Amino acid sequence: MKNIVIIGNGISGITAARHIRKFSDHHIQVISAESKYFFSRTALMYVYMGHMNWKHLLPYENDFWRKNDINLVHDRVKTVKPEVKKVLLDKGEPIAYDDLIIATGSKPNKFGWPGQELKGVRGLYSKQDLEALEYYVPNKKVCKRAVIVGGGLIGIELAEMLRSRDIPVTMLVRESNFWNNVLPDEEAKMLNEHIREHHIDLRFERNLDSIIDDGNGKVKAIKVKETSEVIGCDYVGLTPGVSPNVSFLKDSDIEINKGVVVNRYLETNIDHVYAIGDCAEQKKPIGNRPPIEAVWYTGRMMGEVVAQTICGNKTAYNPGNWFNSAKFLDIEYQTYGWIFNQPQNGDDDFYWKHPDENICIHIHYEISSRKFKGINTFGFRLRHEVMDKWLNEERSVDFVIDHIDEANFDPEFYEDPTKAIKKAFYKKHSNKAAV
Amino acid sequence: MSLDRNLSLTGEAPRKLNHQQKLSTAVGILGLIILLLASFNVQLQPRWMFLTLALSAIAGGIIWFAKASYSGIPKGIKNDGAFLKPMTSRGVVAYATGIGLTGFYIILYFFPELIGLNENGANTGLIALFDPLSQFLANRPASQWFVYGTLYTIAILFFGIKFMWKYRHNRYQRLRTFSVSFFQLGFAFIIPELMARLNSKDFSLPYYDLKNIWPLNYYNFQQYRVDSMIEAGDVGLGLLIFGVVSIFIITPILTFKYGKRWYCSWVCGCGGLAETAGDPYRHLSDKSTRAWKIERWLVHGVVVFVTLMTTAVIYSYLGTDTSKYWLTKSSFLLGVAGILSLIFAWVMIFKRERIQKDAKYAAIGFFVLIIGLMGLHFISSTDQLFLLSAGDLQKSYGFLIGSIFSGVVGTGFYPILGNRVWCRFGCPMAAILGFQQKLFSRFRISTNGGQCISCGNCSTYCEMGIDVRAYAQKGQNIVRSSCVGCGICSAVCPRGVLKLENDKVKGRINPKDVLLGNDVNLMEYVNSKIKNF
Repeated sequence: MKNIVIIGNGISGITAARHIRKFSDHHIQVISAESKYFFSRTALMYVYMGHMNWKHLLPYENDFWRKNDINLVHDRVKTVKPEVKKVLLDKGEPIAYDDLIIATGSKPNKFGWPGQELKGVRGLYSKQDLEALEYYVPNKKVCKRAVIVGGGLIGIELAEMLRSRDIPVTMLVRESNFWNNVLPDEEAKMLNEHIREHHIDLRFERNLDSIIDDGNGKVKAIKVKETSEVIGCDYVGLTPGVSPNVSFLKDSDIEINKGVVVNRYLETNIDHVYAIGDCAEQKKPIGNRPPIEAVWYTGRMMGEVVAQTICGNKTAYNPGNWFNSAKFLDIEYQTYGWIFNQPQNGDDDFYWKHPDENICIHIHYEISSRKFKGINTFGFRLRHEVMDKWLNEERSVDFVIDHIDEANFDPEFYEDPTKAIKKAFYKKHSNKAAV
Repeated sequence: MSLDRNLSLTGEAPRKLNHQQKLSTAVGILGLIILLLASFNVQLQPRWMFLTLALSAIAGGIIWFAKASYSGIPKGIKNDGAFLKPMTSRGVVAYATGIGLTGFYIILYFFPELIGLNENGANTGLIALFDPLSQFLANRPASQWFVYGTLYTIAILFFGIKFMWKYRHNRYQRLRTFSVSFFQLGFAFIIPELMARLNSKDFSLPYYDLKNIWPLNYYNFQQYRVDSMIEAGDVGLGLLIFGVVSIFIITPILTFKYGKRWYCSWVCGCGGLAETAGDPYRHLSDKSTRAWKIERWLVHGVVVFVTLMTTAVIYSYLGTDTSKYWLTKSSFLLGVAGILSLIFAWVMIFKRERIQKDAKYAAIGFFVLIIGLMGLHFISSTDQLFLLSAGDLQKSYGFLIGSIFSGVVGTGFYPILGNRVWCRFGCPMAAILGFQQKLFSRFRISTNGGQCISCGNCSTYCEMGIDVRAYAQKGQNIVRSSCVGCGICSAVCPRGVLKLENDKVKGRINPKDVLLGNDVNLMEYVNSKIKNF
């Protein structure tokens, strides 16, 4: 029986703990300063919007942990001493480990803006960020306007949250269309419109210059870099991405680059120390995946993998085909395989949009082999299992279009877009053949 | 700083209604006030005018409220503030509403004379206000049930319109709401009233809502009803046969093909009210495993109760002489015992692995109890099957389950316990359909591979208190007996993870072959190792 210590009780750490328990009777301790119990970070927004209460964010009932003999330690880790295999805590006694798993997740990026530490300037990542939001932005009387810096997935969630309480929102977006660094122009432009329909003041190609103090250490306004415009606001949401939360390790011997550097077995440079989830950085990227993946499901997968290794079945982290999903206000988004904001060299694309609704698909494929590379869908759900199979089988774009109805995962009785998609595809391709 | 909003120092989350919502609520309440005045015997003449005014105000108020809530904004999920507004998060007004509704049910069931029922003369008060409509439809004065039926139908129709507005982007929701509205208006309200018109001195049919199936209409096989159906000749006999066929043939076929949702959220009146007027309270259902346990014992207990009661009632009026009527006390009991034994044997032989240990013990216990009690009939000479008189059983069932559970608690407590309390904890029909749904149906909620982010919208908005997330985050399909297939979990999912489907029985439950994004070899390994976690 080993002594397993896990730092961080997010999806990665908790998945590791659950799976280690499945396969062993090791002693397991999970340390977190953020919250006593594991909660779904992805649902923080719904608490503020009043869709849920805090208790609904807890996927397991509180006595689950006792029943499964997973010990929760509510404390902050000061540092790790691998040379004596100990973790030092803020309040409690040091904890000894045989195997250590670092799963400390991310923290919101801050790029050294003047005023970034003022009161009322926060990211949206932690339970404490949500509490701060409830404090600084309870309603539109207390917060006359909020400014969000960064137009990505968290930025739009934050905007949706604030709009649910009718708070005027300005968003500064670096790109010329929404999330255009990831999405092709067509989808990005569709989102521009939809976001504006929700009365969000979108400013493209705008960056933050500085955040202005009201004299009492709280934000009063921000200044836009490009125009020097000063926008009065009571809250600034910083959402230009996240980076690994690993600064507490900087004095230890564990190798850090941006994140904790790991190999495919999620091992760090030090024996018996592993890192998983958002805070882990792959020494060599896997396929097109970035070395640091701050995604819910990769955290879960790494947790499953490291549990195997620790329980004696040494297993490499081997994520399958890339997939992801999100929701932009009212529009659902799914993606399978790789599709970029521009077709890669030698690739072409096929795009179809519903004439009236916010429903569209975008496919990238290789011109010479016609191999299907990836797909984006908006307002149209696809079956993961089917898409994954087609990617594994390296199907052609023609096959995917021909069989797209088999992948339709929309609720029953929904208008079926697949006929229109096929028609548009055949039309485009017969024209090409004719030329 | 705390997430408990009432302790917030700087301000509170907006919890107020907008102006139009307030005005429309006032219009609706005006309609209710007219009804209240009538209840206190304030003379409102002409009655038809005040009745029209009251009902229009209620209907108009609801529609205006819906417009004020959902029009002019983009279509999509509209749950903002559900846990912030006192009406939908157990605030003072919610408790007041709950108490008001509960009081209404108590008067309706037990003291109808307080609202003017007079069986031996002209009605007064509230019931008299409804006389013109009842005369128009059924050519007879109103009763408390007519008043209730009218208000019930109006609630389903107009809150149904509100619901369709709310989910205007979702065709499944719109169709199913149209369906429950249609069945309520036609089958529960208009057709039975028109049938009453046909009644005369020598032809009389009991009130029969064709979509109400035993054991939901637990009274269906009482002597007076069966007698009157038999006396009414072919039509009556047809109804009686239809009643038996519905539960033994129609119901199993439809549940096999579509799951119990075909009834619970497309046809049923109780479900209809829960899905329309009750929709704003769906997130209040208790999701704990403790509640699930209570649910299983309670709802199956009610099935046993209604089975015993109905058997005893039918037994009590059957004769013993085969030459007079083919069905006698003994042959009836043997028949019931035979059917129960067949079901029991089928489950224990073919579906053993699909039911949990405690369910197995409960099934064995119930089975032994019922068969044992029936056995008593053959060894003792008493007329009282099951040790109690059939009349007592029937009365206590009617009081405890028919009135208190389904009405007073089931609907009266919408704003406190959620909208499906009766359907989840008490309805024997739902339990029987659920039993079949779990063991013998093509219906499931499919989970979409590894897309689940464990956000918990599905669990929060499940009116039946199913922890949908617990399955979805493991990539498992959801096959639960209590699921009424309302489809809201699928609607509120932000990642497109859930889909209600009827598909092949094979592969319906997929605990061993799930795609969560890992490479396949690892999944095989994990699956081979997982036993009982």
